[in-house]
Amino acid sequence: MGALLGVVPFFAYTTIFLGIPTLIVVFGAFLDGSGRPTLGNLSALAQPQIVSAFVHSTVLSAVTAVLGAVFGALLTYAVSTAREGGLLRRLVTSLCGVLAQFGGVTLAFAFLATVGAQGFITLWLQKHGIDLAGSTWLYEPYKGLVLVYTYFQIPLMLIVFLPAVEGLRPQWREATESLGGSTWDYWRHVAGPILAPSFAGAMLLLFTNAFSAYATAFALISQGSPIIPLQIGGTLSSEVILGQENVGKAMALGMVAIVAVVMTLYAVLQRRTTKWLGP
Amino acid sequence: MKPRAARRRRQSIFRVTVVALIGLFFALPIVSMIEFTTRAPGGGRTLDVWATLFDVGVIDADYPELKTGILASAGLTLLTVVIMLFLLVPTMTWVRLRLPALRRTVEFICLLPLTIPAIVLVVGLAPVYAWVAYFLGESSIWLAFAYVVLVLPYAYRALDAGLSAIDVKTLAEAARSLGAGWPTVMWRIILPNVRTAVLSASFLSVALVLGEFTIASLFSRDNLQVAINQLGHRDGSLAIAAALAALILAFIVMVAMSFVGTGRRSHRPEEN
Repeated sequence: MGALLGVVPFFAYTTIFLGIPTLIVVFGAFLDGSGRPTLGNLSALAQPQIVSAFVHSTVLSAVTAVLGAVFGALLTYAVSTAREGGLLRRLVTSLCGVLAQFGGVTLAFAFLATVGAQGFITLWLQKHGIDLAGSTWLYEPYKGLVLVYTYFQIPLMLIVFLPAVEGLRPQWREATESLGGSTWDYWRHVAGPILAPSFAGAMLLLFTNAFSAYATAFALISQGSPIIPLQIGGTLSSEVILGQENVGKAMALGMVAIVAVVMTLYAVLQRRTTKWLGP
Repeated sequence: MKPRAARRRRQSIFRVTVVALIGLFFALPIVSMIEFTTRAPGGGRTLDVWATLFDVGVIDADYPELKTGILASAGLTLLTVVIMLFLLVPTMTWVRLRLPALRRTVEFICLLPLTIPAIVLVVGLAPVYAWVAYFLGESSIWLAFAYVVLVLPYAYRALDAGLSAIDVKTLAEAARSLGAGWPTVMWRIILPNVRTAVLSASFLSVALVLGEFTIASLFSRDNLQVAINQLGHRDGSLAIAAALAALILAFIVMVAMSFVGTGRRSHRPEEN
């Protein structure tokens, strides 16, 4: 019993700042403005702009997860062949640590400076006869946002995937070679299957990362709320229509449901990874 | 040529190509930010924007929101790291030593914020923060409570990797049998052995807090990112310069800390 006292602070803290907020969202989604139970919030999710925001968010996240995972994995492997503790590895890892977390406002501004109406590339292209300044492609979920999101997905992939790639032991390659296997055989039969669960797991993590992102799109898009986090943000910061006070909570619950499915898959893959790459 | 030497050369060509190409993609927006912030009105280059950004007097007088944001983020970074370490390191060590049955539960709770997007957390935290404001006031510094939750998964992973790499049980038992109390075990045995993990958990937290926008913005509190975003509506060039400066600062912190982590000996940041 005495041993349990040691974990009280942790459980108290996470109850207040994680447990209670979660319960507020879950129960709030089924309550109306005056606290009576209702399913009205859930049926309000069928509004066309909310449905399209969910679709946009899901497709955007899936596409950038795949792009980020593929390019990120290439980068990870390239970095893992560098000397451990060397400058390149240290530099790339630190840079990725910053860029993966630094989405948001900075990233939006960086892209405005690059391909916005007065951006570096936009002006350069203009000089060469290609006019992008009038186009709104940067603010569209399937064009601009894909590009911008990929920018933080690749570094996140490196951070998540590097430990798995580092777990590949040189002895395995040597063993493959001494049995007459080629580089292709090594990747096809040894490293590939070992890394596959971590790769897929990392990709799922990238999906939830993009799905949850709010700040980047908020800073970039000034008109409309094409993705679901912006829709939820709108319900918090603007006047809500009577009877729809808790629609934001229902949307939030919808997001959690989608992320929960993805993370369950992730947990299954993770269990397999630790079985194969574990100590 | 020996196959291994050939492979090493192939790997190094591959490495240079991939790092260069992906590096180009990452460099382009950064270069564009530099280009954008050094434009002179009639064409040509000027450093006026940067001179303004580093002129403390001008920032203080004309852009007070930026100063407030910088100070708030500095405080938030410190408080978040301190709470995170005091909450996680003892709990995770204790669970490994005495309550292995709870390990899955603690892991589940720590990874839970990954399934709860920040925007969802904001929805649920709104009533909790009404109480925080009631007891502690409306200061931006209390955002640190929410930030600790945001960094939990990353910090947990880093610390868990560190604790897995050492034999916590044997170390603790050895220390205990020599007469050490639990605080001594934590402070003098466990911490020095997981200092790299503690540091990497701390950098991840620092980077995350410096970049956080969602919660601060929706609760109408101040932090660096909120300030930069506000500045964007007023003075685009200066806002982009501030954003780039923040990015460079975070990068320098990360690189510096990665060197500290492999240094001879590192001291834990003092408790404030």
